[in-house]
Amino acid sequence: MNGDPRILPLRLEAVSYEVRGRRLIHDVSGLFDQGTRSVILGPNGAGKSLMLRLCHGLIRPSAGRVIWCGASAGRAPRHQAMVFQRPVLLRRSTAANIDFALSLRRIGRHERRRRVAEALDMAGLARLAKVPARVLSVGEQQRLALARAWALEPEVLFLDEPTASLDPAATHAVENLIDTVNRSGTKIIMTTHDLGQARRVADEILFFDRGRLIERAATQAFFDSPESPEAEAFIEGRLW
Amino acid sequence: MSEIAEAFRTAFQLIVGFDAELGEIILLSLRVSLSAVALATLIGVPLGAAIALFRFPGRGVLTVLLNGLMGLPPVVVGLIVYLFLSRSGPLGVLNLLFSPTAMIIAQCVLVIPIIAALSRQGIEDLWREYEEQLRSLGAGPGRAILTLIYDGRFTLLTAVLAGFGRATAEVGAVMIVGGNIAHVTRVMTTAISLETLKGNLALALGLGIILIILTLGINSAAYLMKSAAQRRET
Repeated sequence: MNGDPRILPLRLEAVSYEVRGRRLIHDVSGLFDQGTRSVILGPNGAGKSLMLRLCHGLIRPSAGRVIWCGASAGRAPRHQAMVFQRPVLLRRSTAANIDFALSLRRIGRHERRRRVAEALDMAGLARLAKVPARVLSVGEQQRLALARAWALEPEVLFLDEPTASLDPAATHAVENLIDTVNRSGTKIIMTTHDLGQARRVADEILFFDRGRLIERAATQAFFDSPESPEAEAFIEGRLW
Repeated sequence: MSEIAEAFRTAFQLIVGFDAELGEIILLSLRVSLSAVALATLIGVPLGAAIALFRFPGRGVLTVLLNGLMGLPPVVVGLIVYLFLSRSGPLGVLNLLFSPTAMIIAQCVLVIPIIAALSRQGIEDLWREYEEQLRSLGAGPGRAILTLIYDGRFTLLTAVLAGFGRATAEVGAVMIVGGNIAHVTRVMTTAISLETLKGNLALALGLGIILIILTLGINSAAYLMKSAAQRRET
C-alpha cells in the first residue's frame, strides 16, 4: 500500500454546501496529502460530518470543487473507505460483512478469503467470525466496520466520530486500530469533538466552527497556541 | 348447535377418509394460490424495492396508489381479468377463461399490490439505514437492491405470507374467472360458497375448517422457519 499515491493529494477549492438556501459549509479550501492523520475538530453543528461526506463524494458541493489529484483520480471511489459514527452492519456474519465489501470491489474469492482472515485478525475479531454481526457489542461492531474498511486497502480512510458512542476501553481499542491502519500507509481524515482524542490521534488539526474552516495547524501548535478566539474558547471548554 | 357438531363430524370424516374430490379441490386451491403468490412475489418485491430506492416524479402518487390497491375488492379484480380474457377481450385469443391459469392471473393481480406495498415499506426502512454505507462501498443500484432484498428477507417473508393469506381467502376473483367448474376450477372457497347456497351447510363448514387448518399450518411453518433462521443469523 505504500509507494506512489494513487489518488492523493485531495484538493478542496472554495467548497460550499447549502440545503434549501441555508449555507452549512462556507468556502472551504485546502489540501490533504499522503500519510498523515488529519482531524477535523469542532463543536456540534460545525459541519464536520458534512465536510467528510463532501470529500468522500456522498454529497456534492453547491459551489466549489473537490479534486483528487493523483494518477488514478478517475477511479477515486475505489481507493477510499468510510467508517460512520454508528456502524452500519449487514444482517450477516462478521466475516460475511467484510467479504461483502470485498466482493463489491470485484476481488476474487481466494484473495477475499485471505483478506477477510487478515482483517479479522487485525481487529481481534477472529473468534467472532461466524457470529451474526448485529449481536456484537457496539465496540466490536465499530472495530468490524474499521476492519471492513481496512480490508479494502484504501488510500484514504474517512472516519466520522467513530468513537462517539463508545466507552473508554472500546474507544482505546478503536484508536489503536486507526493507528495501525495509518501505519500501513493509509491517510486518515477523521472528525471528532473530543479534545483528548484529537490530541491522541491527530498529526494536524482542522478546526471548524459554524461551517467555516477557522484554522489549520499541527496538533502541538494548535493546542499550545491557537490563533483564533473560537479555537481558544473551544480548547478551554468555554461556552459561547 | 347440532349443525356445528355435525360440521365437525363431516370435516373429520372427510379428512380421515381421504375423500378424493376433497383432495382434488385442496390441491387445486394450493396450486392456484401458491403459483399466484410465487408470481406476485417475483413481480412485487422488485417493484417495491425499486419504489423504495429510486426518486422519480409520481413516486408519492404510486406509493399511495399501491397502498390503496392493497384493499382491492376481489370481485372487481375478477371482473377486470374477466374482461381481458373473455372472447372479445384483448387477451381472448389465449382462450384462458374458466381455467386454473385464469385464476392464477386474477389472484396474482390481487396479491401484487400487497406484496409490493409491504416490501416497499420494509426495504425503504432498511435503505435509510444502509444507503450511505452501500454507496460508500461502491454498490450500484442493482447490487443495492439485491442486498436489501437479502437482508430484508424476514420482512419480505411476512409480506409474502400476507399475500398468501389474501389469495387463499378470496372467493370473488376465482369465482368470476374460474367459474367454479367441478373437477376443473373448483377450489375451496368457491366450493364452500356453492355448498352453502345448496344448503349443504355441514359440508361447507367442514371445508371451511380444513381451509383454516391449512392456512394456520402454512403460517406456523413459515413462522418456525423464520425464527429458527433468525436465531442463527439475526
